[in-house]
Amino acid sequence: MLEESRAAGLSALAVGLGRSYGDSGLNLGQAAIDMSGLDRVLAFDPDTGVLRAQAGLSLGEIMRRMAPLGWFPATTPGTRFVTLGGAVANDVHGKNHHRAGTFGASVRRLGLLRSDLGEIEAAPGDETGLFEATIGGLGLTGIILWAEIQLVRIGGTKLESQSLAFSNCDEFLALARESEAGFEHTVAWVDCSARGSRLGRGVFTRSNWREDGVLAVHDDRQRLSLPADPPGFALNPITLPMINQGFYRLFTARLGKRIEPYASVLFPLDSISGWNRFYGKRGFYQYQCVTPMAAGAAPIAELLAAIAASGQGSFLVVLKTFGAKVSPGLMSFPMPGLTLAVDFSNKGEETLALLTRLDEIVAAAGGRLYPAKDGRMPRSMFEAGYPNLETFTGRIDPALSSSFWRRMHND
Amino acid sequence: MTETSPVRRVCILGAASAIGEETARLLAAKGDALALVARDAGRLETIARDLASRGASKVAMRTADLARLEDPGAFLDGVSGELGGLDAVLIFHGVLGDQAEARADPSAALRLLEVNFISAAVLSLAAVTRLEASGYPTPALVAVGSVAGDRGRASNFVYGAAKGGLAILYQGLAHDLARGGSKVRAVIVKAGFVDTPMTAAFDKGGPLWAKPATIAAVVVKAMETGGPIVYAPWFWRGVMLAIRLLPQTAMNRVNL
Repeated sequence: MLEESRAAGLSALAVGLGRSYGDSGLNLGQAAIDMSGLDRVLAFDPDTGVLRAQAGLSLGEIMRRMAPLGWFPATTPGTRFVTLGGAVANDVHGKNHHRAGTFGASVRRLGLLRSDLGEIEAAPGDETGLFEATIGGLGLTGIILWAEIQLVRIGGTKLESQSLAFSNCDEFLALARESEAGFEHTVAWVDCSARGSRLGRGVFTRSNWREDGVLAVHDDRQRLSLPADPPGFALNPITLPMINQGFYRLFTARLGKRIEPYASVLFPLDSISGWNRFYGKRGFYQYQCVTPMAAGAAPIAELLAAIAASGQGSFLVVLKTFGAKVSPGLMSFPMPGLTLAVDFSNKGEETLALLTRLDEIVAAAGGRLYPAKDGRMPRSMFEAGYPNLETFTGRIDPALSSSFWRRMHND
Repeated sequence: MTETSPVRRVCILGAASAIGEETARLLAAKGDALALVARDAGRLETIARDLASRGASKVAMRTADLARLEDPGAFLDGVSGELGGLDAVLIFHGVLGDQAEARADPSAALRLLEVNFISAAVLSLAAVTRLEASGYPTPALVAVGSVAGDRGRASNFVYGAAKGGLAILYQGLAHDLARGGSKVRAVIVKAGFVDTPMTAAFDKGGPLWAKPATIAAVVVKAMETGGPIVYAPWFWRGVMLAIRLLPQTAMNRVNL
């Protein structure tokens, strides 16, 4: 495949399930290699939980097969429709980052196909540095053929969750820190339309695996679906605060404890097929940043104030803390701090101007943006956020590229 | 329930084919015991490990070139011995070949006919007698055929003749089994265009192209019910009826 694309004078990029929000998973005008056929489990040890599988296998499929045996991926992103290769290439994180770190922290070895080195195995500390470059390496350091990961034991497939309201970013941070030791998963929803005294209000949810010994596989049926694009006017400065107020009421009305299967806690949007169509034909940008812990909650409050003042944003807003566990990846996004993710309906210039304003706040705080979610960050923001960029660039496979990578070089 | 349903023992010939592997996955998820047969030992090993992780109660492997078996009956007895009996035999092996080459070179044509018709036919006949001994409620012999066998067309009639011949064999076999009151069923699943490595050279687009998993689901269903001729996907029955009814003069004017 690599030779075919090279013979045609094209760069190549391995693609999985296409859940990246921006252009890091695209290679427009060039070649894309569909990895979906490489979806086999190569080895699994039920005693140690070490799993080696081909890169096209989805995390959902891993869970479906391993959860009944009492094993689960050490961490999962907000959707189970991601491939193993994609999880490595974006060094994805989950609601348990404060404990488990990123997905890369559970990777033991990688199989890579390089245009210059052929098929190779990469392990932490290798002289080539390819293991560290590949984790979070956006698929540019070689075609990821397989990964060997360490699964973790679970004593049941349900989670016991508890939701608590908070009225500002400082309260959020206090809640998050107090919950870090005692809870596996923590995450918060924030009302990004709230201003003034309500700025930063939201609902914090913390969960633990329920050790009841009941191991059930997730339900793959998608109950809702958005088969067509609704008109783009659904979210505007008038309706958005009303919708967010509605969500705030809904969430605060069901505070307290509840027990749910893991899929509804970890992958709430997976039950709605085509949810991304909600934003209409023009689509949306997601903005996900992290700001360092040293800056406290102040930059997040500043970001939320800017978003609320613009009248843009969405009801899909996630706030979470990242812990201190360091990823082996050179280009890993998380750092100890706070991460905020907000969807923005694409309103053209108006939206881009707001995101530039948000960039300034993030940059001033010493934070960075997540390439897997990005479709517009300027190169300067990428360079400032990723100090290992030069080392990484030296390790990419010359036959590979992506739309994101070219955008970062043509700015 | 007075007894748990017995584990079904399935022999999969051509297990490294795309449709064969997808079918094996569906059967593994049901907990069946599988015996996989293919030429490439390395691929077979990879596929077998994956199937074990999908819930197959047993995965046995045999490397063989099915077109060159000395004694198909003895071969199946060997597989049967490993699984402790046979409740279903599925035939997936086949090659598309090159029509121009087969037309020009008799030895290429012979190879195509050997793989797609002779070996499949002989293995089917050998399998059916062994399936008679099965204690499973619905023992089944299922082969993958092709819509190419429904009407001879310039583009692939040697392959088509082999698959068409196989369909006649299955039709007759099913008739014979039904008349004899046997509970063994013989079904041929006639696949349309399928996106597999076999068809890698084709430009695949449009609604007529199916995924191997779609055909596999039809095969698994055919192991329980329906037949003796099943189209996969179903709409090919109508398409091929129309193509069979086309007068030859009209056929001669189209490039099919």
